[in-house]
Amino acid sequence: MAGFSVFLRKELREALRGNRLLVVGVVFLLLGIISPVGAKYMPELLKMLGTGQAGVMITFPTPTVNDAIAQYLKNVAGTGVLVAVLLPMGMVAREKERGTAAFALVKPLSRAAFLGAKLVALLVMLAVGVALAAIATWFYTALLFEPIAPGGFIACTLLILLSLLVYGLLTFLGSVVANSQLPAVGIGIAAWVAISLIGVIPNAAKFTPAGLLEPASALALGASPPHLGASLAANLVIAAVVVSLAWFSFRRQELAGAPE
Amino acid sequence: MSAAIACRGLTKRYGDVLALDHLTLDVPTGSIFGFLGPNGAGKTTTLRLLTGLAFPTEGGATVAGTDIASSGVELRKRTGYLDQSPQFYGWMRGRELLEFVGELFGLRGAELRGRVDGALTLTGLKDAANRRIHGYSGGMRQRLGLAQALVNRPDVLLLDEPVSALDPEGRHAMLDVIAGLRGQATVLMSSHILADIERVCDTVAILDRGRLVVSSSVAELRERYTQPVFLLEMEPGQEERAEDLIAALRAAPWVDELTWERPRLRLVARDEATAGREILAALVAHGVEIQRFERARPTLEDIFLRLTGGEREKGTVA
Repeated sequence: MAGFSVFLRKELREALRGNRLLVVGVVFLLLGIISPVGAKYMPELLKMLGTGQAGVMITFPTPTVNDAIAQYLKNVAGTGVLVAVLLPMGMVAREKERGTAAFALVKPLSRAAFLGAKLVALLVMLAVGVALAAIATWFYTALLFEPIAPGGFIACTLLILLSLLVYGLLTFLGSVVANSQLPAVGIGIAAWVAISLIGVIPNAAKFTPAGLLEPASALALGASPPHLGASLAANLVIAAVVVSLAWFSFRRQELAGAPE
Repeated sequence: MSAAIACRGLTKRYGDVLALDHLTLDVPTGSIFGFLGPNGAGKTTTLRLLTGLAFPTEGGATVAGTDIASSGVELRKRTGYLDQSPQFYGWMRGRELLEFVGELFGLRGAELRGRVDGALTLTGLKDAANRRIHGYSGGMRQRLGLAQALVNRPDVLLLDEPVSALDPEGRHAMLDVIAGLRGQATVLMSSHILADIERVCDTVAILDRGRLVVSSSVAELRERYTQPVFLLEMEPGQEERAEDLIAALRAAPWVDELTWERPRLRLVARDEATAGREILAALVAHGVEIQRFERARPTLEDIFLRLTGGEREKGTVA
């Protein structure tokens, strides 16, 4: 893949200088911190608010490490997915729109290297974000509840990363197919909604990216992960199909120069 | 002389629009080749096909001996390309962009630094090298565009309107750089500024509505398509007599085209010898006094307008 490493360095420098990596890192770090903190103190906060009113009596079960992990996965499934969907919207479409894709691709940079470098950059950004979230969650869970076994928690983190990557790849495909950012994010959000609707169908949820979160939770808590193989295989197949579609769309795509 | 670029029936269709119609063209190795044509003639389409940014509907081409259909990276290693409105990563600095481009060409270390410094010096961007491209003017971007196209010392350089955004001084300097490439690289350069093409190009092709109208050396083109042009400037107060003179000249069979923009008369003749004799006789016959009588050297623009149907019709009086 001619030019891959040079172009990957450019992608990572762009993510750093454009503050995209910083934003992703901060968002995921906050998710990682607020998940165990929220699980621990939210019941107490609600109890305090409730007892201020006459005749109101609220009782909450004592929060456990399970609540911290559940809260973490809930936050990842909401805000985390949103970040994963928005992050790649301009990765290819913006370069096509501005004419910089044409500028780069008349150099000895293969189209496979161009797409490959962008995919790796997307993976790196998500991995940095998920790693920060995981470290923060692990640390605060240990501090406020009890330490979690690192092996299971790392496996949980990898499943979360795969889940977010699949969501991100759907927008990435939109970014490859579309010629501007707006349709790209539209395709990403439409795919997100479609996946959520598929998740409503009994027995179908486990094959979606969200279906990875149940075995992820079990792994974090040291339990036996349900439908891990099916979820993992389904999502790897989705990722492979989406990347293939992106490649087949891009390999013979005509690129305009600069906008007139 | 072998052809650095050879197009054979190169055709591009966008839906119902035929942007390029069976272009067959040879660009001799080492030449500076001008590519002329009005807007929408197919110049940019041709350059995009040759760079692999677009794909032909029919026909094919070779660039530096490599087929554009099978080429990819190998072809691009030997070419340089400047877009008509070059776009770069605005967050990079000028030097950084050239280093990025050089690295894509496999250059490293001292060789990379040397090439980058050379390109910056050649295009007059050394002082702005550490500024973000974001803040570059249109002219600076165009100069950076030429610099990045030269970093790999290409065998074939494709330039789409390379000096259109430059001021006269910048244009002059850039044309000198392009002229200096004669013999070192083959340059295919499109431009609307015909005087620029005339200044640096030894060979030209004229496209019109996707079709090749003519391809020839500039000297041959002048020889083949030139018509004698005479310019006359009347003394003040000669308008009435001049009108009679113009009416008489318009009726003359040896006049092909006549334009009257007071006090100047421009006449394109079919036969130079007859015209030279008859114009003077007509002036005497009508008693018209003149300040200037000149046999003008036709420009490439005259030939261009004639070949692309842009010439004024015979007898037009403006």
